[in-house]
Amino acid sequence: MKRSVRNKIYDKVFEIIGYTATFFGLIILLYFITDIVYEGWNRIDYDFLTSYTSRKAEKSGIFPAWVGSVWILALTLIISVPIGIASGIYFEEYAKKNKITYMLEVNIANLAGVPSIIYGLLGLEIFGRMFGFGSSILTGSLTLALLILPIIIVSTREALKAVPQSLRDASFALGASKWQTIWLQILPSSMGGVLTGTILALSRAVGETAPLIVIGALAYVPFIPSSPMDEFTVLPMQIFEWTSRPQHEFLINAAAAIIVLLCITFLMNGIAIYLRNKWQKKNQW
Amino acid sequence: MIELILKFSAFVSIGTTMGILYVLLSESIPFFREVSLIDFLTDTQWTPLFTNKHFGILPLITGTLTVTLIALLVAVPLGIIIAVFLSEYASPKFRRSIKPILEILAAIPTVVYGFFALMTVTPILQTIIPGLSGFNALSAGIVMGIMIIPMVSSLSEDAMYAVPKSLREASYAMGANKFQTAFKVVIPAAFSGIIVSIILAIARAIGETMIVAIAAGQQPRFTMDPTVPIQTLTAYIVQVSLGDIQHGSLEYKTIYAAGIMLFAITFLLNSISFYLRKKYQEKYI
Amino acid sequence: MKEKKEQRTIIQSESINVYYDDKHVLKNVNLDIKEKTVTALIGPSGCGKSTYLRLINRMNDYIPEFHFSGTIVVNGKNIYDDSVEVEELRKDIGMVFQKPNPFPKSIYDNVAYGLKIQGIKNKTVLDEAVESSLKQAALWDEVKDNLKAGGLSLSGGQQQRLCIARALAVQPTILLMDEPTSALDPISSAKIEELIFELKKQYTIIIVTHNMQQATRVSDNTAFFYIGDLIEYGKTDELFMNPIHEQTKKYITGRFG
Repeated sequence: MKRSVRNKIYDKVFEIIGYTATFFGLIILLYFITDIVYEGWNRIDYDFLTSYTSRKAEKSGIFPAWVGSVWILALTLIISVPIGIASGIYFEEYAKKNKITYMLEVNIANLAGVPSIIYGLLGLEIFGRMFGFGSSILTGSLTLALLILPIIIVSTREALKAVPQSLRDASFALGASKWQTIWLQILPSSMGGVLTGTILALSRAVGETAPLIVIGALAYVPFIPSSPMDEFTVLPMQIFEWTSRPQHEFLINAAAAIIVLLCITFLMNGIAIYLRNKWQKKNQW
Repeated sequence: MIELILKFSAFVSIGTTMGILYVLLSESIPFFREVSLIDFLTDTQWTPLFTNKHFGILPLITGTLTVTLIALLVAVPLGIIIAVFLSEYASPKFRRSIKPILEILAAIPTVVYGFFALMTVTPILQTIIPGLSGFNALSAGIVMGIMIIPMVSSLSEDAMYAVPKSLREASYAMGANKFQTAFKVVIPAAFSGIIVSIILAIARAIGETMIVAIAAGQQPRFTMDPTVPIQTLTAYIVQVSLGDIQHGSLEYKTIYAAGIMLFAITFLLNSISFYLRKKYQEKYI
Repeated sequence: MKEKKEQRTIIQSESINVYYDDKHVLKNVNLDIKEKTVTALIGPSGCGKSTYLRLINRMNDYIPEFHFSGTIVVNGKNIYDDSVEVEELRKDIGMVFQKPNPFPKSIYDNVAYGLKIQGIKNKTVLDEAVESSLKQAALWDEVKDNLKAGGLSLSGGQQQRLCIARALAVQPTILLMDEPTSALDPISSAKIEELIFELKKQYTIIIVTHNMQQATRVSDNTAFFYIGDLIEYGKTDELFMNPIHEQTKKYITGRFG
């Protein structure tokens, strides 16, 4: 066969392999999700969303779980977002290029790769025992806040980096101080990127299970938490608990709860992608 | 003043790292006073919760390695094919729209993947492999592999995309086709970036918790057999956390011993990848 | 000094029009190039000279907005004919780029690349080709003891000669050079120019350059492009001494560009 013909065949074959590989994972995921929806869809009703857990699978619901998830989400957001954005600003706008800054950067890169369950051990000892917060929502939120901090810092930095120097120069030339420039010019024009990163980070926090197991979050919560010091459960914990039961009815409950959790995840990711695209279109420097 | 607040925020991450080190060391040093490091690293049995106690970490290590290896066998080939395809073959439009969609694979909560592995993948595998246990490393590893595909593909693709266009042109001008250019020029040029993506994927797989806690079983075994129930470092921490073990007891300290092992491995991998990344970033400037 | 005997025409371009989407970048260009000569393409930035150069080995094919009409006949074959295999065509036409772009491989592997992708694995054949190409590119003496060293470890001028050796290894008949010395220091540039003079004996060379002196030093013929038009084409010494067109005169005397 002629070399050029063989080359064309190679290219064509690889293109087909490429498409297959690209869609392989997605198709399997789609299959999984279809399976879950098939299993759990009929289980989702008003009662399921407003009931406490019970010994009887068909009477169990996810009320404490989703309320717990909302608590965790809100508190994690309040703790992590200011610190994350502030550190991002520090690194991008203030930090001098020296050994200490480099060390801090290496440290953040490393923290981003620390397994989430290790954060659980940290939260259990420091927040749970040392600070005496026990297995409360506060302990959980502090733990998850530290877990997602590197993601928020990195995305804040990326967003700030994308702001052109000319905008800074223009602001300085008008006599604005450094902080005024950051607060009034740079942050607003990088908000899209910061928000995208923050939402993705929070979506990660909502789906986390392992660190919360370690800090001692309960699987069985017969009440609705009313303060950050209350004990709690979250959707992923509830799913995990039901998945480890042998009875099929509980697995159906797990599937139904997964549908709710996935809706939240997809919603948050969807918003993040939407914001990113909108922001990219608006700011074409 | 403002700068000080920002700087303080940036140091929260240092505090986190020190907190992690403090917690892991303060609980595992007493552990190693009671259990010799040699036993810990060479004994092939891990039975801290039984009457006849053995504290050999090897079974948890082999369990972790087995699952990680299976995950890599899935994620690395697929991830690299996707990366080559997106960077060298696909249209820019397809590339831009498929990348965020692929990221969804990594955004699904891991507890959901655990459910898939246990409820969907294992039953399918059991029809192919008759002796397959209900809990096994194989299905957990495969599902984990699907989850980390975007980690490999995204970072590898970034590295390939960063290869200067002039190298591709030189190759095409010599009469090479896309396939030859991709595999003989672009991949070697982006090699360190690809290695970084694989190392990060390994670290992620080693630290992954919920998939293995749900689907791989809770039986520490000194084996690399993917068809039987095993236990990973992370799954062991979950198992103990779910139980009712007294704070301060030797059993309790074992989770910190497992934790420090986990931290050491992932820290090493992350550091290598950070170093490599810094190095290859400088190459084409 | 210049060749006097009549030479064969190796490249014939007839009524070439190139568009990038709506932008008309080459306008009805006719240009014939003789075998074993050096032709310099000059003109201000964006005049279409690089576009023309890249037509000859069809490197413009990778630009999605690229549209072409006209015919280019190379060695008696219309290269934009559907039956032409681009990869085969490029085997016969080497190219050297603006910035040295050695692959991040060893010197040896850089030079052997073109042969290897043709499926040649024979060690002796490769060794011989590498040696003779490096010799032709006047790089052999500098690197012969160090063929396993990385191509990127060489100096800029050496890298460019390595890229020339890489292009020569597949034994092309035509060599396209796109501002090959613009990224190099004067001494390295001089070496490349000397090399071009040597290579002319065996190859047909087309060189895009911004440097008037370089064009006068190395080329036999010069083509002056201006905003997509081929304004003037002729013997280099005539074109530079007695330009027919006002624009050519302005350009070569440095009044614009």
